[in-house]
Amino acid sequence: MKAFAALYRELDAATAIKRKQKALVEYLRAAMDDPARHASAAWAVYFLAGGKPRQLAPTKLLRRLALEEARLPEWLFEECYSTVGDLAETLALLLPIVDETEEATLDQWMRERLLPLRAAPEEAKYKSLCGWAHKLPQSQRLVFFKMITGELRVGVSRLQVAQALALAAGVDAKRMAQRMMGYTQAGRVPTATDFAALTAPASADEDEALKEGQPYPFYLAHPFQQPVEKMAEALGAVGDWIVEWKFDGIRAQYVQRGGQFQLWSRGEELVTDSYPELAELQRWLPEGVALDGELVVLRDDDYAAPQDLSGLQPFALLQQRLGRKVVSAKILRDLPVVFIAYDLLEQDGRDLREAPQEERRGALEALVVDATLRARDFGVTLPLRLSPLLTAPDWPSLYAKREEARALGVEGMILKARAGAYGVGRRKGSDRENVWWKWKLDPMSVDAVLIYAQRGHGRRSGVYSDYTFAVWSDPPEAPARALVPFAKAYSGLTDEEMRAVDAIIRKTTVETFGPVRSVTPTLVFELGFEGIAESKRHKSGVAVRFPRMLRWRIDKPVAEADTLQALRELLPAPHA
Amino acid sequence: MDLIKATPQGLYCSAGDFHIDPWRPVSRAVITHGHSDHARWGSAAYLCQRDCAPILRKRLGDVSIQALDYGERLDVNGVSVSLHPAGHVLGSAQIRVEYRGEVWAASGDYKLERDGVSAPFEPVRCNAFISESTFGLPVYRWRPQADIMEDVNQWWRRNAAEGRASALFAYGLGKAQRLLANVDASIGPIYCHGAIEPINDIYRAQGVALPATRLVAEAVGKNAFAGALVFAPPSAAASPWMRRFGEYSDAFASGWMQIRGNRRRRGFDQGFAISDHADWPGLLEAIHATGAERVFVTHGSVGALTRYLSESGLDAREMRTEYGEEEAESGAQEPEAP
Repeated sequence: MKAFAALYRELDAATAIKRKQKALVEYLRAAMDDPARHASAAWAVYFLAGGKPRQLAPTKLLRRLALEEARLPEWLFEECYSTVGDLAETLALLLPIVDETEEATLDQWMRERLLPLRAAPEEAKYKSLCGWAHKLPQSQRLVFFKMITGELRVGVSRLQVAQALALAAGVDAKRMAQRMMGYTQAGRVPTATDFAALTAPASADEDEALKEGQPYPFYLAHPFQQPVEKMAEALGAVGDWIVEWKFDGIRAQYVQRGGQFQLWSRGEELVTDSYPELAELQRWLPEGVALDGELVVLRDDDYAAPQDLSGLQPFALLQQRLGRKVVSAKILRDLPVVFIAYDLLEQDGRDLREAPQEERRGALEALVVDATLRARDFGVTLPLRLSPLLTAPDWPSLYAKREEARALGVEGMILKARAGAYGVGRRKGSDRENVWWKWKLDPMSVDAVLIYAQRGHGRRSGVYSDYTFAVWSDPPEAPARALVPFAKAYSGLTDEEMRAVDAIIRKTTVETFGPVRSVTPTLVFELGFEGIAESKRHKSGVAVRFPRMLRWRIDKPVAEADTLQALRELLPAPHA
Repeated sequence: MDLIKATPQGLYCSAGDFHIDPWRPVSRAVITHGHSDHARWGSAAYLCQRDCAPILRKRLGDVSIQALDYGERLDVNGVSVSLHPAGHVLGSAQIRVEYRGEVWAASGDYKLERDGVSAPFEPVRCNAFISESTFGLPVYRWRPQADIMEDVNQWWRRNAAEGRASALFAYGLGKAQRLLANVDASIGPIYCHGAIEPINDIYRAQGVALPATRLVAEAVGKNAFAGALVFAPPSAAASPWMRRFGEYSDAFASGWMQIRGNRRRRGFDQGFAISDHADWPGLLEAIHATGAERVFVTHGSVGALTRYLSESGLDAREMRTEYGEEEAESGAQEPEAP
């Protein structure tokens, strides 16, 4: 634990990627040399790569610990928490300083203490936490509480962890990415053996072993943000690209090997059980395939062809399928999920990722069409579609076609280099090779008024940076019109703008409710969002997706902000 | 009757007809210390502690200054005024005011820990105490100066070993000299920004032992800064001025660095939570030691400290001033009330 806390501080201190990498590699090499440290290092990799054990202790108990141990009134604790912006850090700062401390390894902490804690009754949990807090060295407190709150992010991406591991172990980065698939899966308890396997030299047996159920690392798309006039110059001929819709669903990989199939989400969660309707695919797809695609809700009453996407439902409906432990028959009927395939990563057990995009696409079409037709012969409609190809003679025409996206309920387009391989992660070569571009629609937007502000977390801690926005209930001529809150947003401002807004909020505060301040409405922002849907849970009757500030409308008086009517006009036409 | 009141010009003692750290020009200003939000320009006459006088002169130019030693009493229109060590920076003082048996003390800014440079804080017994509250939340609890200096030394040593410069941002009056006096000067050469070096000279002239420093502008040679420690004001951070240092690691020495988010937001490699203001236990201890039955809380976490003191049975009230207010509250702007 001491070594991990030290590594955490190093990573936290270094702003340069190079220095972070160095600290990681040094830590990993030291751990590799000492088998006694393997188990702890396995946990370190797990946490740094984004692994989160299911809740070890409820935050309620952590708050109680702070209140009772630091002997603070609750209001003062809240004041501290809102200043610090992070529960683990607040605790680390507030608990009494102790003289006698005790060392335990990260593995002991996790396996012998924290994991068993979940099963303990509440009072026992609290007693344990208290006891530990009294013996924990000061320098390990922050990391300890962050392990419990699951917010151990320290500016290191999963890819960086994989690269450091690859470097330390002397194996190829792609192979390391593959070894790490599923490593941070929920419920997983990493062991010394796992760490040894991660850092072992490459072997021939491994290729076989890796195949059992392991998905391939997802290849990610980069946002394409140049204007349409620049596209020919940047990307060459439109014909060099495979163009598809960018679906607003859940990215997933369907893997079928050894008489079994698995469905993996991009977060590397095994989600097979959440989508039981996909089990049907296994009967019709051949062994040794891996498909990359998107899970969406699609009602297929009028099914015509594999590329027919009529009946595609908005993301809001798919959301109702997320995180369900039991999927009822009613849910399956009302919210049927299909897999839209757009890439073929493995066929007949062969890794196709180095083959050109175009070739993989050809093979994918043949595969999907064949399975679909055979199933049709038996009267079965497969929950499987083929992502349609979009064509246009030139970039301006394609741009015009992109406008159809909103009506279809998709986010925009994906452009894939025809000759490109299927890469790993978000790595970027030239703009024209081996790259997937996401070319999204410009967001919808309204001019909204800031009415509440709250201090932020993490990088924004202590600054009023999280805002609630409202639009007018009625047009200006209505005498009793009011501001109706409809969205919260915190991103989009520069640090400088954030500071300026922070200062205005402090000066225009009307009331303070705990961490939240209401302000005299003076600030107008152009608020962008990706989608909008009816919502009974929101006072405004609508819910928007990914709201963020596009621009601070210093020029605009509050009275000229948009109305609820303007917002509702952006709602999609009701689906059939 | 209140001996000292907050007025639009500043804290005012009507019995003696003088102001304490006024923020508008007045006829007679009693000054706690030389930071710009406490020692403002434009008053007709100034009174301050002897070691503070050269700082005031440097800051305000040729103004009328009367200087007192710590503990020396001066009669001002029948009111007895004396200055007592506040431990904040060189020459910083708490102002003790006595009139007809009633004693009030205004703290200015203060800290309890001995820093080896400024005269150590001495509690002043009084009926009413006017206290700052810059770091008036329990999350502010400083580690001992020696521990933090060890961190600074370690950071510098490691940078030096790897051939980098170490840029340490610190307030030019007080903090920079405190760090200078306590850092391990054997690690390498020390350079100072042009805004800091003149203050060093004032400190040296008053007998404070500081290691040898050179002006950044006078550095010779391409690699002059490799392995060096460079002191600069926080405003220099990420400015074009920093380009001359080549590869460097930067750090900010400020109480605000106690909170990780403050450091990350400003993108410093390191934050050293070292402050010339009292931490939470320090504030409570100092307030308790005055024996005051009334406490007025100024600039900082005014609401929280006032409420906490009230709930523990003291007659505590908020007092509005214009000392470093906005910075102190947010910690987001210039992070330390100077």
